Amino acid sequence: MLSRTADNLFWLARYVERADFLARVIDATQRLSALPTTYVSTGTEWESALESSGAAEGFRAKYETIEAARVVDYLTFSADNPSSIRNCLEFARANARSVRTALTHETWEAINGAWIELKRFEGTNLAKGHYDREELSIFLDFVKKTSLDYDGTAYRTMLRNDAYWFSRLGLYIERADNTARILDVKYHVLLPEDEEVGGSLDYFQWAGILRAVSALTAYHWVYRETIKPWRIADLLILKKEMPRSLISCYDNICHFLDQISSAYGHNGAAQRQAHLVMERLSKATTKEIFQMGLHEFITAFVEDNSLLGQTISEQYLFN
Amino acid sequence: MTLADGKIRPVYEKIAHWLATTPPSLLAARRTQAELLFRRIGITFAVYGDKDASERLIPFDIIPRLLGRGEWARLETGLVQRVKALNMFLADIYGPQEILKAGRVPADLIHGNPQFRPEMVGCKVPHNLFVHIAGIDLVRIGEDDFYVLEDNVRTPSGVSYMLENREVMMRLVPDLFDEHRVAPVENYPDMLLSSLRSVAPVNVGREPVIAVLTPGRFNSAYYEHSFLADKLGVELCEGRDLLVEDDIVYMRTTEGAKRVDVLYRRIDDDFLDPDAFRADSMIGVPGLMRAYLAGNVTLANAVGTGVADDKAIYTYMPEIIDFYLGETAILKNVPTWRCREPDAYAYVREHLHELVVKEVNGSGGYGMLVGPHASHAERETFAIKLAQNPENFIAQPTLALSTCPTFFESGVAPRHVDLRPFVLSGSNGVRVVPGGLTRVALKENSLVVNSSQGGGTKDTWIIEETAAALGTRGQMQSQSQS
Repeated sequence: MLSRTADNLFWLARYVERADFLARVIDATQRLSALPTTYVSTGTEWESALESSGAAEGFRAKYETIEAARVVDYLTFSADNPSSIRNCLEFARANARSVRTALTHETWEAINGAWIELKRFEGTNLAKGHYDREELSIFLDFVKKTSLDYDGTAYRTMLRNDAYWFSRLGLYIERADNTARILDVKYHVLLPEDEEVGGSLDYFQWAGILRAVSALTAYHWVYRETIKPWRIADLLILKKEMPRSLISCYDNICHFLDQISSAYGHNGAAQRQAHLVMERLSKATTKEIFQMGLHEFITAFVEDNSLLGQTISEQYLFN
Repeated sequence: MTLADGKIRPVYEKIAHWLATTPPSLLAARRTQAELLFRRIGITFAVYGDKDASERLIPFDIIPRLLGRGEWARLETGLVQRVKALNMFLADIYGPQEILKAGRVPADLIHGNPQFRPEMVGCKVPHNLFVHIAGIDLVRIGEDDFYVLEDNVRTPSGVSYMLENREVMMRLVPDLFDEHRVAPVENYPDMLLSSLRSVAPVNVGREPVIAVLTPGRFNSAYYEHSFLADKLGVELCEGRDLLVEDDIVYMRTTEGAKRVDVLYRRIDDDFLDPDAFRADSMIGVPGLMRAYLAGNVTLANAVGTGVADDKAIYTYMPEIIDFYLGETAILKNVPTWRCREPDAYAYVREHLHELVVKEVNGSGGYGMLVGPHASHAERETFAIKLAQNPENFIAQPTLALSTCPTFFESGVAPRHVDLRPFVLSGSNGVRVVPGGLTRVALKENSLVVNSSQGGGTKDTWIIEETAAALGTRGQMQSQSQS
């Protein structure tokens, strides 16, 4: 297939996944910030939302203080934020439109339909920068549903060929990046230094993270005990059963890269790199990760992950 | 829909009945449904210079336009004749130029034409075919008089609307399809693909690789480009997806560079190759012309076909058909004054209020004057433009175009229509799917049907005439019972 087509499909998937992640982060943050101050009193929830979505720097360049309404606006509708949900959906649709030929009707309609729906939100207070909780929840539900529609139609209707494989690669690379970042942010921003690990503050913050990645129930099914940071790290990094875990993402990435290499008849740097990361994740234990330092481990992973994105580009996308 | 005596055309009997018995509210609901379908599928049309409406729907009318089999058969013969002659004309113009030597077409009309490409002189294109896809605009004047309004032989668009209009109609009014026997158009992409295959460079020696070349998603017809690539099952390339090395064209794919043999290009000559034509073209492919002239890739349509859809050349079509085929043109030309001829110019100057004056190189309804509808001031301004450069204009009488019933909020009203059938030429022959794109002027009395000027479209049905259809069905029944 055309390299540009593969590139567009790859980024289409990334943008949809990113929009979904942002919606989840906002949702979780909103819950967290609504708790009575005796439970969470740091006031850093919105800052952490900015950090985990990678938008903190851009936000600070625009505003001096962090306020819920501003953050929500910046992450949802702001034209200034290249990764706002609106921009993600806009870019996703532009990419989809460029590769109409590589998408099924259903997948195109999922994206195009969402884009039309998005236009309808533009008249709301929310889109005009006024924080309206009710509108916000309707909007976030819409975004989450969009990613489900996209994902579902792609899964159910697309031919299992390179078009599908490249779009899945985009999805899993983005998802791995998101999961890693939310874990990292928790460690840096959420927990004040004087707060005891495992205290009630910690509990709700970690629960918020699990909720953001739809893993709260999963946690209870897997561990059958109260929320503990190292368990969460185990779940989101090393548990293959958990669809957003780093290892599950890499399991998929390796699988789809292998599909491509077997269809094209040769392996390359992308395959080697992905399998290397997979091997590292398979051998890792939470104990080692915490000895090394969760932050250090995550930082190394994020770098590897982004390097893989570049390698895929160089190998297949003529960039 | 009606004849001169006010009677309903026989082919329209069932439609007339349908219109009479369907409540307007139901028609309105169908139209809303149609709009939703178009919007959802994303069938849009971009209008240049119209920022807010960068993706607009072309208004769609749910009342189909009907032609009988018999009428169509005659049109088809005329279209095939015309496109054959156009191809022979172009091969001659870029070859021995016999028609010029014979003085049947003035030579300066060719050599002074901005669409004439000297690069193509002496170039051997595969199978000597230049126009692989033609869109011929027709209008009905009298009872059975079809006239050719213009020949579009560069990159005619609209075929996706012909196909999607049919799909939408089949979803909206399945009962009407049961009652009529409508000739299918859905095999157009297959015919196009086989036409394109048939014109691949002769030495390919394997399954030819075909691709559609688009200026990109900001082009007004981008939807059509992607639609066609999809239906053909070929890649939709932009200039940046292609590269030329050693006069061979490749596309950049995930498996490396892949050779391309046939490009159905929807980019105008001027922008095709910055090395050969406009150096500022960002959408072209450097080196494409060299590869083309070396015979390593087929471009459909060929470079330089624009010289044949020039409105001044149009006036010579009866001559051209006679010269190459020794036949009388089956489809008539609209009587045309060539302003380059002093007598004609004088006449046009005096009769601006009753003529339609067009720029010979204009398209999409731009740069024209509709005399009877223009104000005095507009006519005066136009007269100055005309005086400065008379050879740049032709003039035609305003025609009594036929009308079709068209649905509006206020009810059903007649509106002027034209018809653009699409004619395919390959080494396997010249073919037309039964139908075409009917464009309809949405403003009362307006003669302008162009989509860039706010015109709409209708589905075009070629149907068995009533009596004949009944006969065939009766026969089929008796056959299945025996």
